[in-house]
Amino acid sequence: MDDVTPKSKTVTFMLDDKQVKAESNQTIWQAATARGTDIPHLCYKDGSGYRADGNCRACMVEIKGERVLAASCQRKVSEGMVVSTSSKRAQTARKMVMELLVADQPKRAKAPDPQSQLWAYAETQDITESRFARTTTPPHPDSSHPAIAVNMEACIQCNLCVRACREVQVNDVIGLAGRGADAHIIFDFDDEMGASTCVGCGECVQACPTGALMPKALLDETQKLAITPNRQIESVCPYCGVGCQLTFHIQDEKIVSVSGRDGPANHSRLCVKGRYGFDYIHNPERLQVPLIRRSDVPKSAGATFDPANPLTHFQEASWEEALDLAAAGFTKIKSADGPYALAGFGSAKGTNEEAYLVQKLVRSCFQTNNVDHCTRLCHASSVAALLENIGSGAVTASFSQCQHSDAIIVIGANPTVNHPVAATFIKNAAQRGAELFILDPRGQALDRYATASLRFTPGSDVALLNAMINTIITEQLYDAAYVESHTEGFSHLVKQTKAMTAEAMGPICGIKPEIIRDVARRFAAAEAGMIFWGMGVSQHTHGTDNARCLITLALLCGHVGREGAGLHPLRGQNNVQGASDAGLIPMFYPDYRPVTDKAVRTQYESVWSTQLDSQRGLTVVEIVNSAYERTIKGIYVMGENPVMSDPDQTHAKTAFARLDHLVVQDIFMTETAAYADVILPASAFPEKTGTVTNTDRRVQIGRIAVPLPGQARQDWWIITELARRMGQDWTYKHPRDVFAEMRLVMPSLTGITWDRLEAEDAVTYPCADESSSGQDIIFADSFPTESGRGRMTPAEVLPPDELPDARYPLVMSTGRLLEHWHTGSMTRRASVLDALEPAAEVHISPCDLEELQITPGQQVQVETRRGQIELAARIDPKLPKGMIFVPFCFSEAPANQLTNPALDPFGKIPELKFAAARLSAAE
Amino acid sequence: MPDSSYSPDKPQKRQGRYKPKGRQVDPARLRAVAELLQQQLRHSVLQRDCLIEYLHVLQDNIGYLAAADLAALAELMRLPMAEIWEVASFYDHFDLISEGETPPPPRTIRVCTSLSCLIQGSQTILEELQAMTSDQVRFVAAPCLGACDKAPAAADGHHLIPKARAEILKLTADTPEQAPALAGHIDFEAYCVAGGYQLVKALSAGTADKQALLAELEASALRGLGGAGFPTGQKWRIVADYDGPRYLAVNGDEGEPGTFKDRHYLSTDPHRMIEGVLIAAHLVGIKKAFIYVRDEYPEIIEMLRNELDKITMAKLDAHVEIELRRGAGAYICGEESAMIESIEGKRGLPRHRPPYVAETGLFGQPTLVNNIETLFWVRDILEQGAEWYNQQGKDGHPGFRTYSVSGRVKNPGLVFAAAGSTAEELIAACGGMVDGHQFKAYLPGGASGGILPSSKGNIPLDFGGKLAEEGCFVGSHAVVILSDHDNIWQAAQNLMQFFAHESCGQCTPCRSGTDKAAELMAAAHPDTDLLNELAATMADASICGLGQAAPNPLLSAMQHFPQDMVQGDIEQDERMTVKSKQPVKRA
Repeated sequence: MDDVTPKSKTVTFMLDDKQVKAESNQTIWQAATARGTDIPHLCYKDGSGYRADGNCRACMVEIKGERVLAASCQRKVSEGMVVSTSSKRAQTARKMVMELLVADQPKRAKAPDPQSQLWAYAETQDITESRFARTTTPPHPDSSHPAIAVNMEACIQCNLCVRACREVQVNDVIGLAGRGADAHIIFDFDDEMGASTCVGCGECVQACPTGALMPKALLDETQKLAITPNRQIESVCPYCGVGCQLTFHIQDEKIVSVSGRDGPANHSRLCVKGRYGFDYIHNPERLQVPLIRRSDVPKSAGATFDPANPLTHFQEASWEEALDLAAAGFTKIKSADGPYALAGFGSAKGTNEEAYLVQKLVRSCFQTNNVDHCTRLCHASSVAALLENIGSGAVTASFSQCQHSDAIIVIGANPTVNHPVAATFIKNAAQRGAELFILDPRGQALDRYATASLRFTPGSDVALLNAMINTIITEQLYDAAYVESHTEGFSHLVKQTKAMTAEAMGPICGIKPEIIRDVARRFAAAEAGMIFWGMGVSQHTHGTDNARCLITLALLCGHVGREGAGLHPLRGQNNVQGASDAGLIPMFYPDYRPVTDKAVRTQYESVWSTQLDSQRGLTVVEIVNSAYERTIKGIYVMGENPVMSDPDQTHAKTAFARLDHLVVQDIFMTETAAYADVILPASAFPEKTGTVTNTDRRVQIGRIAVPLPGQARQDWWIITELARRMGQDWTYKHPRDVFAEMRLVMPSLTGITWDRLEAEDAVTYPCADESSSGQDIIFADSFPTESGRGRMTPAEVLPPDELPDARYPLVMSTGRLLEHWHTGSMTRRASVLDALEPAAEVHISPCDLEELQITPGQQVQVETRRGQIELAARIDPKLPKGMIFVPFCFSEAPANQLTNPALDPFGKIPELKFAAARLSAAE
Repeated sequence: MPDSSYSPDKPQKRQGRYKPKGRQVDPARLRAVAELLQQQLRHSVLQRDCLIEYLHVLQDNIGYLAAADLAALAELMRLPMAEIWEVASFYDHFDLISEGETPPPPRTIRVCTSLSCLIQGSQTILEELQAMTSDQVRFVAAPCLGACDKAPAAADGHHLIPKARAEILKLTADTPEQAPALAGHIDFEAYCVAGGYQLVKALSAGTADKQALLAELEASALRGLGGAGFPTGQKWRIVADYDGPRYLAVNGDEGEPGTFKDRHYLSTDPHRMIEGVLIAAHLVGIKKAFIYVRDEYPEIIEMLRNELDKITMAKLDAHVEIELRRGAGAYICGEESAMIESIEGKRGLPRHRPPYVAETGLFGQPTLVNNIETLFWVRDILEQGAEWYNQQGKDGHPGFRTYSVSGRVKNPGLVFAAAGSTAEELIAACGGMVDGHQFKAYLPGGASGGILPSSKGNIPLDFGGKLAEEGCFVGSHAVVILSDHDNIWQAAQNLMQFFAHESCGQCTPCRSGTDKAAELMAAAHPDTDLLNELAATMADASICGLGQAAPNPLLSAMQHFPQDMVQGDIEQDERMTVKSKQPVKRA
């Protein structure tokens, strides 16, 4: 956290008759704790982001010469101070405070958490009962939230939950209302938690010292603690690219709760998915036995299928049988139609080791580079632009660098939904005083903290960004010295953007020119500026151009390679960075080394003892198109669900139905698996050990928490067995063996060993050696381009591929919901998340609803040139008129039946964020 | 837990959300609230620190704070809903009404139940009136209205009804509400004719020696007359020495039971205080001054607004912006750091010290906080010299004071007297005790200064000194005289209930301590050991002066009047019945 206190110095003071030294920015509590003195504390949480509030008065100490006692959690030490933590006066006061608090509590035996911090400290002070009578009326339990049990009878008004909600995570739901003995915790306007704006991050639960806020899953019906975990495993969150470290709490080999760990990315924070979305692994629909397609059930694109009842289409098989069949299918196609008739999809949801093995399998066994994964659908265009202009596809600075930024641009991203924990740090930065600019057609939760929100016309990103670039150039606001010494292409940029003034672009993007200029000026004037972007930027046919503009903007202002400055495409999946690094892309081997480069290829051929193909492979959408064209006949899918995630679903379903051989390795019967010939039951993240790389380039280790269900197997084992059946002599015994091999071919893993990860949990690359901590910020001096300079590439203003017209007058965008991950295969089977977002809904602006005379909750049809779906209408004031939003996680109303498969020419990413659509009430 | 198994091919029948999480803003209310604020305050861009002003606009115009309107306000101010609700619910003068709840009647009549009014029978009056509550009018108890010399006091809305009787209040309830304007004060023109603002003009013109003036103030014995008694000149110097921008917060939240001097000075001679503000701004280097006046003084606020406009017209405030702010019914906002929080538009929670507000006050900047009366005397002292002021006291008690005297004296009112005057002298100055009453005890400094028996009626009433040795303090110089008709234990109970009602609720010893103490005190045989233990922790471990001083009357009563604890031992005034605490409203 940002340290706003003046520079600390060492002071000497007396603590319980001993002379001690401490830093002047330390509190008495911290200095005493460091020396082993445990001072009771309730309203104070010793964790990053938590301000000491000093309200409970359980930690009072006596300071010589002061009229009253002082709260040790809050008072800083000073030179010559004489402190007694154990004086009779201090002890008496502390005990009296506990006795007052206990008076209004339920009896310990009936407390929601008899082991709470409150009761633990009451016990150390010999307090079991209070001499005071209860004077407050105990509030009723509030069970309205699917994940959190609220028993305010146990509340002591310490407001830790308020700080958790408002100052740490800044979700702004909890408050402390009323006065005196009527002071009470509220959600919004004293609403039930479940009816409030609560986003379920559970930070309040983690902070609560009394059990007033508890994970519902641990309590019985009488609101008493019923489940006590007996084992903890430290791991990483399996959902998004933020990479939150967490602890799985386990009882009877089941995960029963999750808490945040103080990892470098999350500092103990989690979101609703990470904290409450874990029980999907125990869902009865888990694949537990290998399955092979029944010979009497042919594949068909339109077939209906119930994933809970796979035996209508499949029959159980032994592992030997299934693996043999899987490998034999590929071998047969390879020999009949050649390697190019095969392809493989790896997963950004698996580990680095699995990603590495999948690409190695495809390259060395299939002998093609037709291997890709869903990053193609997320940030391929961003990576293309980054590689082209600054020589590296990764972020230049970790998201937490925003704590040092003066100006932050968030464009085409909705981090409170998609990267909730990263969003908390952006909000912290804004609360600290950084200027925040939100550039997005849709409104979002970050708008509240923004200096300005520019709700531009969908698809007009390039126009808006060029207008900013033009303003910065024409008003000479750019960092001339930086441009001169670190960049190239400036004069071309000046020429190409000359006409793109704010006045000329304003009407295109629907933003007043003076606002565009103001934001440009403020961003350029900032000491340190950061740009965050998401798929609103990348998922366009002009996605690469969008990212080029952002890179140009940052280079122009010199906002790269310094503290608080940088380019940060917010990566989607937990391991999308790592999967790309590991070579799960058709044009590169691990570490982005081109497959077309002979020297590189020779090196891999030698390490892998195999022959490799010299042609770039096909990308995700191209592979599906080839399957549709019947030129690709066999696909191996490990942990992906392209039938749900790829654009134009009807087309994709047909493509998969046409395959001669499809092997799907997954934990659930996905929509894609319905078209499989062989289904291999695999491991969920908490069931495996391996490394993942977050959006910040941090390599982190996840550990096995619970055993595999049924006959499910580790993914690395399955891939190895397939390779062995296709003639490779792989001998890995553990993911660490795979990691060791990766280090041989990946210079990016220098300094990062398996042992080190086991000991430290996270190391950021690049990392000079095993004793270095890794670089949070890169490209301070130069870029890994040929010239060492960053290139500024101008972009032309082009319209989206499919503009609205009279027949399809609306703009449809797609994306995620806070509670549902990607295609929903995990989160829709996580009971809490499913309860929070149970049904498919299209989000519609209030004006459009009124115009179409549709009421929220009504069933409607959304139609594009590619198909139509039926789902319920949701009112969403954050949408502009004329735009609708469909989440793509609901298989009963798949958004990707409607999306446009038109590709960005450079990144080959489809335009998932823009399709012309129409909406009508359902029949 | 809802059914978690879904099936893609079963038609969707599950109940959805159909809207974003939580309460949605009604666009019609959004427009209405925005228009209202624009109309009344001309604020089109809403300021965070003006939240309480906005809540006043809604409460004044609509009669209550409807959840739908507060949701609109939250949206307009880009604030969390919880932040609006927690601020609004902190102040007594706001009625928060959720969807489906019944709004309060349009008319509210408040009856003061603080000590000076209680002993004049206000509780009985209130109970009689409460039986008449209708959909048109409600009668509620209120803490001290700052009219203790006119006890029992009541208010129609917030407009004072002195010497209230049940019949008068019934009549009031039946007649249209009136907003009486203040008359008879020395206005701008009259004040200038009498030589006012010469000093300010000299300072603005640069012809007055700022350093000399500051030194003069430091030489004077003027101390903070809000109750803390900190030497004023010294405070100005401290604030001036910190780097700016600096603020001035004028404390007009006179709420200490028994105190009504600021009401007097504001309503008779407002410009003398305003000149004090303008002088302070010159000498200390103040960027902006806020005058925070309690909501119970609406006619004063109205008058001040007009008089401040005249100052601006005359360009006397070219060097400092002055903004008037309304309290909203919270005694704790008289505590300087709580007042600062309230000016910032927040709950009035006192802050921890250090840092002191002189260094880190309003908006985190160095802040001078002065009481109304303190500023009132600045001009006179600087014009007539420190010596003129200092010599007007008693030996060892330089300066003069304004004692608010109420209770069982013949002519309650302000007594302008030498510092260090005694209770006996003040009784004499008020025409002696009421006939048939014998001097029994007195409160030397409002609700929190403790209670002394008549035998100690000759102690000089000043900051520190002999009074402090008795465990008491003079505070705002509010002296309440009690007689043999009064039960001191019950008086102490009334005071403890007052503190329990007014505790901000922030820290345990005060939030819970005042509540538990009031409960224990109501017992037939109070547990004095436990009360003593509790009192010690409240005094030692509370964050601010409220909790630290709240046990004072309790301790005094146990020490000096143990016999009053056992009820019925002495003849009691039947009007002085203390109701045991109302159960907390919230279920």
